[in-house]
Amino acid sequence: MKNLKLNALTKSLWVFHLNVGASCNNCDIEILDLLTPRYDVERFGIMLVGSIRHADVLLISGALSRKAAPRAKKLYEQMPKPGVVVAFGSCSLGRGIFKDSYNSLCSVDEFIPVDLYIPGCPPKPEAMILGIVKLIKKVRGIK
Amino acid sequence: MIFFNFLVFPGFLFSAVVGLIAGWIDRKVTARVQWRVGPPWYQNFVDFMKLLGKETILPQSNKTTFIFAPFVGLISVILVATLLGKLLMDPTQSFLGDLIVVLYLLVMPAISIILGASASGNPLASTGVSREIKLVLAYELPFILAIVAVIIKSGANIKLGQILSAQINNGAVLGSPSGLIAFIVAILCMQAKLGLVPFDVSEAEQEIMAGVLIEYSGFLLAIFKLMKVMLLYVMPLFLISLFWAANINIYSLIGKYVLLLVIIILVKNTAPRVRVDQAMKFFWGPISLLATIAIILALSGR
Repeated sequence: MKNLKLNALTKSLWVFHLNVGASCNNCDIEILDLLTPRYDVERFGIMLVGSIRHADVLLISGALSRKAAPRAKKLYEQMPKPGVVVAFGSCSLGRGIFKDSYNSLCSVDEFIPVDLYIPGCPPKPEAMILGIVKLIKKVRGIK
Repeated sequence: MIFFNFLVFPGFLFSAVVGLIAGWIDRKVTARVQWRVGPPWYQNFVDFMKLLGKETILPQSNKTTFIFAPFVGLISVILVATLLGKLLMDPTQSFLGDLIVVLYLLVMPAISIILGASASGNPLASTGVSREIKLVLAYELPFILAIVAVIIKSGANIKLGQILSAQINNGAVLGSPSGLIAFIVAILCMQAKLGLVPFDVSEAEQEIMAGVLIEYSGFLLAIFKLMKVMLLYVMPLFLISLFWAANINIYSLIGKYVLLLVIIILVKNTAPRVRVDQAMKFFWGPISLLATIAIILALSGR
């Protein structure tokens, strides 16, 4: 029964996309590439949803800013479990070019637990799909 | 037998499976229109299964109504599915005024969404609720006018069974000018009743996130999603049995159903979302006028 639930979860990942402050927005544009005819991740049941209550994946892009940090934490707590957090792009992984900014606190994984890192500035869609595959293997416990 | 009908054959289990497959047809045709591949046929079953396994978060405000609302909507849709299914199997099994019962039961999903969303206490949900209420007020008037035209055409009957047998004997309502106009009106109202684009203001994903469903998660969201896809099965079937039932063997029913489904999906994919005031003007203006013309034509025997 537990296995069935996990299989269902990995075959229908609903993604809530969150930009936590400082970024150039290119990552957000790249994410939309995945939904276009060329890559079409809806084949694997992956959808963007509007509300965090519906989401299985919290996709975070951008460097964490002072203003957005408490909100990011709140959204993480609001996500129904089981759910995973994906940090996406150089900025959320290690603050990127905003490293020395007065407004940048820390990288995302120092603030909320992150399950998957997708590096790149911005990551290519192929890299994102590879990341999703790794995530699904991790959730299913396949080495 | 009644429980079997309600829970298994024309009722819950059957209509849930058909509805989930209809939801897949929706997603697949949408994907093909956008030149994508689209999800596999079991996608909606997987989504439903996944939502059952997720955590259900309850708001602080009114928990009882919040939990109760999805079931009210689901049970009403199951009742309509049972009534229509029994009727199409055997048109003589009908009671006086079942058309009116079905009309009332078809408003219940919208009311359950309104109740549940108001109970969640979320400001975006309340925006969605106000839009949903306005939309219900807007589309109910032309919808009922269109059905009045059908009632007049089939000789002042409010028994669904007699409407069916009148069509089997004298040809479909759709064949006459008044029936055709009323059918077009009813299709547009169905689009709004199903909450599809262009009339999806109440759960506009881009502006008010998920609108009315924003606070629902896990099991309760699964019930709401199931209710929506079952409505996708029940509503076209209801329109077919009112307008287009000269021939009700199983193959022609399936053909007509898929045709209607694809029509509403194509409308959904080619139209932009209208604002709620535009929707009200649309339904209370030209569409109600069309429905009135259909009634006048029906009264004059065309």
